[in-house]
Amino acid sequence: MKLPEAAGLLLATIARLITGAQGHWLGAPPKAEQRIYFANHQSHFDWVLIWAALPRDLRSATRPIAARDYWTSTPLKHWITREIFNAVYVSRERSADEDPLEPLMEALRHGDSLVIFPEGTRGNKGDPASFKAGLFHLAEAFPEVQLIPAWIDNVQRVMPKGEVVPVPILCSVTFGAPITVAPGEDKRVFLDRARSAVIALRSAS
Amino acid sequence: MGSLRNLTISEQIGLLFVVLFGLLLVVTIIAFTRTLRDRSEAELAGHEQFKRDLRAVWVGAVLFWLAWVSGAFVSTLLFGVISFLALREFVTLTHTVRGDHRSLLLAFFIVLPAQYVIVATRQFDLFTVFIPVYVFLAIPVISAFGNDPKRFLERTAKIQWGIMVCVYGMSHAPALLLLDLPDYANRGAFLVLYLVAVVAVAQIVQEVASRRLRARPVARAISRSFSWRAWCAGAFAAALCGGLLYWAMPFKPWEAVMLGLTAGGSGTLGEFVMKALKRDAGVRSWGGKASVTGAVGLLDRVAPLCFAAPVFFHSVRWYFGV
Repeated sequence: MKLPEAAGLLLATIARLITGAQGHWLGAPPKAEQRIYFANHQSHFDWVLIWAALPRDLRSATRPIAARDYWTSTPLKHWITREIFNAVYVSRERSADEDPLEPLMEALRHGDSLVIFPEGTRGNKGDPASFKAGLFHLAEAFPEVQLIPAWIDNVQRVMPKGEVVPVPILCSVTFGAPITVAPGEDKRVFLDRARSAVIALRSAS
Repeated sequence: MGSLRNLTISEQIGLLFVVLFGLLLVVTIIAFTRTLRDRSEAELAGHEQFKRDLRAVWVGAVLFWLAWVSGAFVSTLLFGVISFLALREFVTLTHTVRGDHRSLLLAFFIVLPAQYVIVATRQFDLFTVFIPVYVFLAIPVISAFGNDPKRFLERTAKIQWGIMVCVYGMSHAPALLLLDLPDYANRGAFLVLYLVAVVAVAQIVQEVASRRLRARPVARAISRSFSWRAWCAGAFAAALCGGLLYWAMPFKPWEAVMLGLTAGGSGTLGEFVMKALKRDAGVRSWGGKASVTGAVGLLDRVAPLCFAAPVFFHSVRWYFGV
């Protein structure tokens, strides 16, 4: 076993010890198919939780999105995101000739699964904010990739904004049934539907 | 039973584990043969519950055996981990807020390890006062720094209670292992086994009695099954069980009976208190919320032990003057 793999295993074990990281697969079984998981975003811990809730052999092919300027700023951050999580880097500043979704498309063409948080930023309380358009464009470009909604429960109590050490509290990730873009569906309509699919899992869980 | 008392330590240990695992095996085989028959829906549900309990007992017995084989250090560690998992479950189901974050960190990462280190180093005087005195004064201070006056007393009390039950109560089990009684060196595990056995017997007998007796519940809003008659049945069964185990204990027969009564009775009272806490949190069983949080109902299983262990420990210490 190489160092990144061992570090990943250790990290997943710690995440499980602290949060339980229970995955509940209500809509679709965990399978090695190409998927885009989209979830509510409340804490920096969200990605680790989803990742630890996945079965071990799916973890290496499931990639997070990381902001390039922040996650490559120090060698350690760069190493963690590159070697352990195999993150897809995106730049936050938009240059004129570059499509911000291009790195994601590249990863999907490559056959990898992605985890995205379509709210774009961490929400505080209550319902998730309205979704950004990226999810819609990815879904249109790759109609064969399954879109799986996920609801992350309780994680804001583990690590509230501004704190660095997590408190051990049990959390769960509920995965729902895949959704697809209907032919000719409006962008806004689809995004609202995707958002309600995520919210619906809160009561289901 | 006098002849049993004259056996060497290793023979007694061997005998106890043979009896323990033998009983479990017999019960498991009977339970398995009963699944082969046709049953009604309700019976099946009851049987599922029984199977889950039986599995928990198996896990407990194997863990206990491992702890015994590997010595005091590992068993202290083992109880520490159980403590951690129980406290995690407790905190999940009580509504903590942002301002509690630092107090919770203190509870999980400083108080809990410190308490078990104190146990492992056998500083029993400090062990007895560390949580009830120092930690109980420190927690509200840290909480107050959280800068949130809303329901301050209630929140602080909840955290203190979680620590009291899950850490303080639980840590008395390894403390029994390490207690040096006169003429009873290296046999602390018997005390733990005695405690676990009498508490389990009290629980089971009370459960069965409350189903059969149909007595008036003491506090209907908290538990429909808890009645004084059922409680007495449980406590007396525990006393009997304690008496039967006297040959492996440093006690005289009637002392073993009295300690069984005390430990068994306080264990089932602890279970009753836990029911009140659960009602307050709005769940029927700690495990019932499993689908949301992944809680496994560990707290349900260990709560009676957490109540009985301190009572038993201090009775023994007081009685023997150690």
